[in-house]
Amino acid sequence: MFDVAIIGAGVVGCAVARRFAMAGARVVLIEKGADILSGASKANSAILHTGFDAPPGSLEWQLVQAGRAEYLEIHQRFNLPLVKTGALVCAWDEQEASQLEHILLEGRRNGVPELNLLSSAQARHRQPGLSPLLQAAVEVVGEYIIDPWSAPLAYVTQALKLGAKVLRGTEVLQGEFDGQAWHLHTSTEPVRARVVINTAGLFGDEIDRRLGLPVEFQIKPRKGQFVVLDKAAARHVGTIILPVPSATTKGIVVCPTVFGNVIIGPTAEEQDDRLRATVEHDTLQGLIRRGEAIVPALAGMPVTAVYAGLRPASEQKAYRVFSRPAQQAITLGGIRSTGLSAALGLAQYALALYQQFDIGSFSAPKDIPWFAMPNLAESAERDWQRPNHGEMVCHCELVTRREIAASLCSPLPPGDFGGLRRRTRAGMGRCQGFYCNSTLAEMSKGKLAADLAVNTKGQS
Amino acid sequence: MSLREIDVLIIGGGPAGVAAALALRQQGVARVVLLEREAELGGATRHCSHSPFGMLEYHRVFIGSAYGRRLAADAQQAGVEIRTQHSVVRFDGDAAVLVSSPHGVETLSARRIITATGARETPRSARLISGERPIGVITTATLQAYVAFHGLMPFRRPLIVGSELVSMSAILTCLSHGARPVALIEAQSHAIARAPLCWLPRLLGIPVHRQTTLVDIQGRDRVEAVTLQTGTVLRQLACDGVLLTGQFIPEAALFLNAPCGVQQGSAGPLIDQDGRLANPLHFAAGNVLRGIETGGRAFREGRAVGRAVAQDLRYGPAQGQAIPVAHAAPIKLVVPGAVRNSPLEQPAFTTFQLRVSHRVRGVISLHLDGVSVWQKQAQWLPERRILVPIPAQASTAQTIEFRFRET
Repeated sequence: MFDVAIIGAGVVGCAVARRFAMAGARVVLIEKGADILSGASKANSAILHTGFDAPPGSLEWQLVQAGRAEYLEIHQRFNLPLVKTGALVCAWDEQEASQLEHILLEGRRNGVPELNLLSSAQARHRQPGLSPLLQAAVEVVGEYIIDPWSAPLAYVTQALKLGAKVLRGTEVLQGEFDGQAWHLHTSTEPVRARVVINTAGLFGDEIDRRLGLPVEFQIKPRKGQFVVLDKAAARHVGTIILPVPSATTKGIVVCPTVFGNVIIGPTAEEQDDRLRATVEHDTLQGLIRRGEAIVPALAGMPVTAVYAGLRPASEQKAYRVFSRPAQQAITLGGIRSTGLSAALGLAQYALALYQQFDIGSFSAPKDIPWFAMPNLAESAERDWQRPNHGEMVCHCELVTRREIAASLCSPLPPGDFGGLRRRTRAGMGRCQGFYCNSTLAEMSKGKLAADLAVNTKGQS
Repeated sequence: MSLREIDVLIIGGGPAGVAAALALRQQGVARVVLLEREAELGGATRHCSHSPFGMLEYHRVFIGSAYGRRLAADAQQAGVEIRTQHSVVRFDGDAAVLVSSPHGVETLSARRIITATGARETPRSARLISGERPIGVITTATLQAYVAFHGLMPFRRPLIVGSELVSMSAILTCLSHGARPVALIEAQSHAIARAPLCWLPRLLGIPVHRQTTLVDIQGRDRVEAVTLQTGTVLRQLACDGVLLTGQFIPEAALFLNAPCGVQQGSAGPLIDQDGRLANPLHFAAGNVLRGIETGGRAFREGRAVGRAVAQDLRYGPAQGQAIPVAHAAPIKLVVPGAVRNSPLEQPAFTTFQLRVSHRVRGVISLHLDGVSVWQKQAQWLPERRILVPIPAQASTAQTIEFRFRET
């Protein structure tokens, strides 16, 4: 019997598992995919937001600020990167420029310090690559970039070290609450827990339905496509370049990554399918053109990677958080685009909601384990810079055999190839695995949900 | 020995890099260090189990890794300092590189640097191919590495995209390792490979679709199907992998990340007729200059640049401005892309190499200071080398330009 069953191991689920494990709860984290971060959390823009543009006073605003504050407090203990790029909200026409004043005021009302209105010349002095067509900009000094995959991996690893259980490849099919505890029927093993927390992202509404809870929101998947440019682009983009946001989306961002690339995206495309996130040639070309319009020096820059993700938007802009004391259930839904920033805040909030259930408290462990995550960011020393790394397996991203081997026998080893890439960056570079893919196939053989290599013996 | 200054540092131990090293030693250059990121020399030839190598340079045929072993033996014998598993991370300063090896990180400087890092095929991402992103969408070189180094196969029924020479090699690799391609598609109206090689898929019963593009990939974990478009007709085809062949681009990341950058057309560094970059301490040779020529051609180019560098060491770093060679569509690239008034008796390149981006008929002409000095009318095919002699006067011309007139 667990104290808490958390359904969905995206960034929010991982953070919630950590928070409850640190409080002393017996935690089980249940994930349908072969690895954590299999849904919305695998594809985002990796920005640690300030919440400057969140609706003032909203839960999202509150939790982005709380989550950000906790990340800033703990990232060094986990050896997680933080690159203080700052951001420029760029106005490209007069209509957009007229909104900057409002953005500035709202940001200040949101308690975000260090907001500055810049003229075109000032903004281009701050970020020299920007197109001279720029009208004006608001500088948001506190917007940073982080490693979007190592952070949640650190959260869930800490939970694991505190005794939490992670069930991957396990889909929750149905659940019943008997007045005392939940009985979850899953695709692998039955799970009993006193409380369930739904962090199922793109399937948040569906999980509430399967648990027999009132379904108070509907997920409307919103696809975002991204283009990742070669590391050579990074010298032209040192800051996060944001557009003036519209009512529905933060818009297309040109943004450096901690890995040394530049990303352009995301698009915002409504769709019904919750699984199929396709990239589309014409859209990708449009993103590249958009990037070139914003930073002309990006013209002709080689494309390293393309990807698409689905954000778990709902029919409302706000986070869809529901606490149901009578059923001992919490739903953290509709976390559409600020999940990475707000995850730790959402976890704090979920624990606070739990405490209102008044069904007993946990005794917090005396020692909280802290540990350094393998650094994948260019801002700090990487494994290739240290001796005896075995060999360079991925030359584009400078990934060593020692790093890959360590990942494959880490507390939560990768469940699939995507998980291996996210944990090591192998195959993420400009050649996209031309050189290392076969070595990875050999090293990971029998260790992933689907082997890279196939058996050709005796098969048609 | 290692205390003495390195005369020439060569990055890349494929045919071009090794040939440059051999030439330098033959010319009496004392300390030549060859850096190779893999555990053995040979470069791209190592995983090509089908293509024969060695005809141009050794007048005999080697298969795959045997060629690399011959290169290594020759280099060893010639007194080249070979350092394998040495990956150059970036250029550092005027003539130095930052290197990572299993021993750690070091900076190596030399009197001259020759970059011969070869080429690779364009991956799915850079081709902006639509669809889901399951595993099993790879390039020929990846397939060959699966087979040659690990005895593995990434799929059983791939779609083959492209009809270059390497595409035919890919078919043979598939068939000899238990995989059967479901079809071969080519976006252009004709196969890129020459006859009779381009007949290979048909002879083997593999359907060929020309003027056809891959417009969607389906499959969550592994490839399950693809959608092909011919004209306005869409068709779905079940398969378990996509093999992207050809569209070679230089592995020019070192230049891309350096201030000099790469050329828009060739995607390689801008060199003069000696293989020299704008920074006169840097040279480049082989397929890093453009995608691609055969291993034999890369070897000859490496040898020629090696000889030029040996002369350059005697004369001292070149002075003076290189004049860029202008060209416009459909001419995709010109290598060397610049000509300099050079003191060397024998340049590394005696011809310009040109390529066109698509099949065209017309006159290509070369103009020095606006005056036509060479022209030829023909049907020009993509991915075929076009050679134009570099006139002696080019080194003193103020403008050098290739023009094209359709006929």
